[in-house]
Amino acid sequence: MVVVNSVSCPICGCLCDDIEITVENNEVVKVKNGCAICESKFLGYRGEHRVKTPLMRKGGKLVPVSMDEAVHAAAEVLANSTYPILYGWSSTSSEAQRIGVELAEEIGGVLDNTSTVCHGPSILGMQEVGIPTCTLGQIRHRADLIIYWGCDPWSAHPRHLERYTSFTEGRFEKSEWKAYMQKLKSQAGQKKLESAQKSGFVKFRPHVHAKSCIANGVPQTLSKEGRKLVVIDVRKTMTAQMADYFVQVEPNKDYELMQALRALVRDEELDVDQVAGVPVEYLKEVADALVNCEFGVVFFGMGLTQSAGKFRNIEVAIQLVRDLNARTKFVIMPMRGHFNVAGANIVSAWQSGYPYAVDFSHGYPRYNPGETSVVDILLRHESDAVLVVASDPVANFPREAVKHLVKNPLVVIDPHMNATSLMGDVVFPSAFVGIEVGGTAYRMDRVPLPLKKVVEPPKGIFSDEEILTKILAEVKAIKSKKTAKKAEA
Amino acid sequence: MVEQKLNVTLLTGRTIEQGVGKEKGKVSKEYFDACSMCYMDADDMKKLGIKNNTNILVSTPDGSVVLRAVRYPRSATPGLIYIPYGPWANAVCSDKTTSIGMPSFKGTPAEVEPTPDKQVLTIEKLLMKEFGR
Repeated sequence: MVVVNSVSCPICGCLCDDIEITVENNEVVKVKNGCAICESKFLGYRGEHRVKTPLMRKGGKLVPVSMDEAVHAAAEVLANSTYPILYGWSSTSSEAQRIGVELAEEIGGVLDNTSTVCHGPSILGMQEVGIPTCTLGQIRHRADLIIYWGCDPWSAHPRHLERYTSFTEGRFEKSEWKAYMQKLKSQAGQKKLESAQKSGFVKFRPHVHAKSCIANGVPQTLSKEGRKLVVIDVRKTMTAQMADYFVQVEPNKDYELMQALRALVRDEELDVDQVAGVPVEYLKEVADALVNCEFGVVFFGMGLTQSAGKFRNIEVAIQLVRDLNARTKFVIMPMRGHFNVAGANIVSAWQSGYPYAVDFSHGYPRYNPGETSVVDILLRHESDAVLVVASDPVANFPREAVKHLVKNPLVVIDPHMNATSLMGDVVFPSAFVGIEVGGTAYRMDRVPLPLKKVVEPPKGIFSDEEILTKILAEVKAIKSKKTAKKAEA
Repeated sequence: MVEQKLNVTLLTGRTIEQGVGKEKGKVSKEYFDACSMCYMDADDMKKLGIKNNTNILVSTPDGSVVLRAVRYPRSATPGLIYIPYGPWANAVCSDKTTSIGMPSFKGTPAEVEPTPDKQVLTIEKLLMKEFGR
């Protein structure tokens, strides 16, 4: 039995690097420090649904083939296409992403990663107005006001609060965990009391509510000592339940709410009673808390990038932070989803100049999201081949886009048998990055961390990087043969 | 009075169960249970005359899908429904990218009606129905 320490968890953008994995007979048997999703991955990755040999569609069915046959078939598809899409990339290592850029350039394809349906609008917003940000370590030690806007880390980044924000013991800011536990206990007591009142055991007790939500009245919790946690969302999420103050905004109205906050932060008066369903008197309390903190941070998620306004929401959020920096210290950070989606942007930008939606079809990189982004290309029915690496667009793209995607010859490289693999024409099983193969990944604050190999991959299973290298070499061979034939003719 | 149909705003997003399910495998029971459901407001469910775990049909201009309705446990969300990310959600999501590449996954109009007799399709059957593979 071997215990591997400081393993980086290859799931979400938190990239927690304190996981302890116990390995016995080349199998993970115990996971320590991880969240529910982490345990599910490390303990369940060898599940029955795993692809164990390369597959090719023959006679309408996926049948096992040799690695060489699959590589040749995939290379033929890509080398002979005129406008191929190379999509995915956020759940693999930066080393594999680098080969992806080279392959995209070689075949004149469109290189896009999952941020196109995730934080693509955030990138557009940042390109408009810049971004004042920092690393998660600084937030952990110094931030005294944490705002989660349009995101629910309890569900999507389960250890974010525990490792980087409210519930972590920083050098200058203390953990709010004990206070939260006390709040939970008092709420449980309140519930018991209410049920006793309902059943008639208790005749009369005055109600004392913890006023943490606008539905419960004017906020008092924002004036408390220590770290404050504010959640702004369209529904009361689990994270909102933990918050000192929860602002429930009407759907699609985040932009208005942020502009109202900007006005209040600049000491301007609002001549309305409420904005986006939130009474102005509550907003004033929030604006006071924003201005009076010493170091505030806004984390934002899909609630802003996928609802009305999209990149304009991000732009105005950054502008709010810019305004706040005239009064105090404030930073902003996107809650990146996949463990290496930040890496996909960084590698793509480092190699081509652009972070996503890069079109190499002209022989040089072009970037115009809306035109060169993968969903738009699919909706316009322009692509004629698709390579998907470490992603599942069939499960995660809108239906009309998928309809065209599955009409294209589809090459899939993924450890899982997911919805896209089920539709694939050539399917490569690959080793799990961060479990069976090492590499580099970028955390949501763009800090690169090493991924560890904790067990050996099954026999005959290669890494994404190795498979892509083989396909690239085969594509080059096919293209040089073609050039030679042309020269002969 | 029980209504036949309800006009709502559709949201899609993450849940922890969806996260656990996707890591277990997209064809796993956990993923099916986590993603083929739809959170609804308790009062909206009363309006439609349905109980927890009754099947409903969610329709938008982009498509329709049968899902299991689940009461949202944490707060009142009148007029909102929430479907976890996955192929079921994408059967009804808007593909309007507003020229920036991002489809409208949140905040689009939808209709909900009770369909207790219709089955929720498994991922294989759903993909077969939608894309013929």
